[in-house]
Amino acid sequence: MSDAVAKSAAGSPAGRARMKRRYAAEMRFRLYGIAAIAIAMAFLFLLIGSVGIKGVSALYATEIRLEIFFDPAIIDPDNTGRPSPQADYAQLYRKALLKRFPDVKERRDIADLASMISTGARFDLARMVDRDPKIIGATQTVWLPAEADIDMAEKGQINLSAPESERRVKDSQLKWFSSLQAAGDVEKRFNERFFTSGDSRQPELAGIWSAIVGSFFLIVVTATFSFPIAVMTACYLEEFAPKNHWTEVIEVNINNLAAVPSIVFGLLGLAVFLGFFGLPRSAPLVGGMVMALMTLPTIIIATRSALKAVPPWIRHAAQGMGASPVQVVLHHVLPLAMPGILTGTIIGLARALGETAPLLMIGMVAFIVDIPHTPLDPATALPVQVYLWASNPERAFVEKTAAAVIVLLVFLIAMNGAAVFLRKKFERRW
Amino acid sequence: MQTTVLFAAILFLAAVGYVLGRGRAMAIAGRTRVRLHSLPSYYGYYAALWCALPAFAIMLVWAIAQPHVIDALTIKGMPTEIVSLPPAKLSLVMNDIKNAVENADISADKPEIKAAAEHMAAMRQTASIGLIGACAAAAGMGLLFGVGRIRPQLRARNRVEIVVHVAMAGASTIAILTTIGIILSLLFESLRFFHLVPLGEFLFGLDWSPQIAMRADQTASSGSFGAIPLVTGTLLITCIAMAVAVPVGLFSAIYMSEYAGYRLRSVIKPFLEILAGIPTVVFGFFAALTVAPFIRDFGQSIGLNVASESALAAGLTMGIMIIPFVSSLSDDVINAVPQTLRDGAYAMGATKSETVRTVILPAALPGIIAAILLAVSRAIGETMIVVMAAGLSANLTFNPFAAVTTVTVQIVTLLVGDSEFDSAKTLAAFALGLLLFVITLVLNVIALRVVQRYRERYE
Repeated sequence: MSDAVAKSAAGSPAGRARMKRRYAAEMRFRLYGIAAIAIAMAFLFLLIGSVGIKGVSALYATEIRLEIFFDPAIIDPDNTGRPSPQADYAQLYRKALLKRFPDVKERRDIADLASMISTGARFDLARMVDRDPKIIGATQTVWLPAEADIDMAEKGQINLSAPESERRVKDSQLKWFSSLQAAGDVEKRFNERFFTSGDSRQPELAGIWSAIVGSFFLIVVTATFSFPIAVMTACYLEEFAPKNHWTEVIEVNINNLAAVPSIVFGLLGLAVFLGFFGLPRSAPLVGGMVMALMTLPTIIIATRSALKAVPPWIRHAAQGMGASPVQVVLHHVLPLAMPGILTGTIIGLARALGETAPLLMIGMVAFIVDIPHTPLDPATALPVQVYLWASNPERAFVEKTAAAVIVLLVFLIAMNGAAVFLRKKFERRW
Repeated sequence: MQTTVLFAAILFLAAVGYVLGRGRAMAIAGRTRVRLHSLPSYYGYYAALWCALPAFAIMLVWAIAQPHVIDALTIKGMPTEIVSLPPAKLSLVMNDIKNAVENADISADKPEIKAAAEHMAAMRQTASIGLIGACAAAAGMGLLFGVGRIRPQLRARNRVEIVVHVAMAGASTIAILTTIGIILSLLFESLRFFHLVPLGEFLFGLDWSPQIAMRADQTASSGSFGAIPLVTGTLLITCIAMAVAVPVGLFSAIYMSEYAGYRLRSVIKPFLEILAGIPTVVFGFFAALTVAPFIRDFGQSIGLNVASESALAAGLTMGIMIIPFVSSLSDDVINAVPQTLRDGAYAMGATKSETVRTVILPAALPGIIAAILLAVSRAIGETMIVVMAAGLSANLTFNPFAAVTTVTVQIVTLLVGDSEFDSAKTLAAFALGLLLFVITLVLNVIALRVVQRYRERYE
């Protein structure tokens, strides 16, 4: 503001008051802006913080150390040297627990005692025996996963001051547990199972590996369909297409498609891919195809702006050397635009990785225990796993959900980081 | 599995074709001392395309036709009393047969199904052998033909480039086909729905309860399908979201573009991008886990009765999600206002905020309105947050503390879970999808028009 104006305005008392008001309004306006940014940042940190705090505890699982006697009478009653397929491995840790607490006699108490160990422990023991049948008849120290409610109690996520009838852990179990703790037989160990196993109804056994594999197949299918189609479309529209009504229709259509709600793409997949073509339900192949259609506009728009950024003299120089129009584009323009195209593609794929709604429509919400091996096997994806666990009423699934969110965010940040890296490293300014 | 192997085999043959074609072109050119028309590699591509394209075309047609042909033949081979069954029953029988074929361990209990299954399995066997034979023949003959046509005068580059051109133009129609696919599939299923439930009742009905039979005369459908409560629920949540996102997003955009220095911008921008990149399912989890209980407890502490799945919680979280969307779009619009307008305002003695309010915002208004329209369309189409944080019961209310449901929530609840594909319930989901598509399309078209016109004015 010029000095002359300021002086004349400041001359009279009324002018001074007006100036004061105007500057106060200026300050207020500035504060609104700062407040808006602060609110947005606060929400972001609140979101990440609340999910992060909840999820970190899922990285550790409570395990209980027991002296397991691999009883031949249970594992191999017919003395064949191989474990019997009917062997009841739950008996092993049940007996070990009873040996540890010899004064437990009542049937109900025995059941309570045994239920402190996860039912998944059977499979751990069976696997140990399968790997090394020689341990039949020997006694070994084994760490077994605790049942989810015990795990929750150990992590302080169950209100222990509530009356016994209102919580899921019994006083007797707590007593046994603290005696185990006093003996150093309880430890919180890194929850490897969470990263290596599939979904389960038992929270302490549930893992995200099947969802990660499903998401991987999904992204691979999405990329193989959307990348070539999008790049060809963008090249055609940007470099070859005549400017007529038809190409204008295509352009308007692409812009509109970019803003169509994702759930509508899911309905398209349900009606066309599943209903009309009869492709299998719950398969990452179908999910990937739906996601490819959904990410197509994003990648096309990114590719077109990357192609536009290549200066015209590159094209002219290539033409001057006798290159045909197709050669100009394929040999010169496209390679130079590739970093920008790849950046846009990765960002589009990251969006597809986090997308959930279309997958619900095509049935990728099934309860999947097995790890999928091909894109045609039924599978879930990471965000769907988050949704499934979030809708599970059991308390112990909350931390699993939060941990799955963390894993999902880590993948997304890695992908976006790769995109930023590509842009920084290879982008050329002309 | 078989398709993958076949695919790889054709690709391998095409590679062989490339080597042969290129080699033959070079050999002929070397022998006859005639200059080649194109680079040698184009002759290779020429042969490879002759090898691969016909084979892939056969594969594609075969893949589409085979199930239909085999189904028809299976039906033909069955006893007449099954063939004359009504279509719905017949498709059940076909399902049984297919199950028997695909899971060999499921023992077919009825002899005629068993016979049909064996028939079908045999036909599938024949078909797959036939496919391999046809593809091999097409690829081989194409290869020989392509290599055989190679002469130095052959305009190989032009031929290959025609294929490239056609492929690119073909790819660009996929976007159109997607739109047509969306419209047709939604329309087709919706029309079937409107046979069961009249259009007027769907659009203006005040009661939505797809689960329970409400009226005795409604024989075809199982409940009542009035979409008004869903639309009002969607609008309520969208309004709450906009009440959060528009002021916060707009003011942060103004601050970022007019006040903040380069350094602050380079710090804040990435954070807003992170917020924009967070998947909606995470926002949904956040809403259900943190926001909803907080609002409920807060409401109770001041004596309000708040539902645990209140519209406020879902709307608030959706607003947070949309903040970066509004802010980045408005940022673009505000930056597009020419610097000369600002300079003129400053020269008149206006303060910064006066410039923003009286010059920049009016100039940017159409663009900002377009941005808000796009944000509204996103909020209406948003699914996961409302699925996880909003309610399921359709209440016709504008009370933000009550539980409402939205169009997208109902689509998900109608389609997730086991239900037959033809019932009014599943068809209703497509009708809601059509409603959603039309509303968002109208908003988008208006917004894009405004943006375009506005952009032209300052360029």
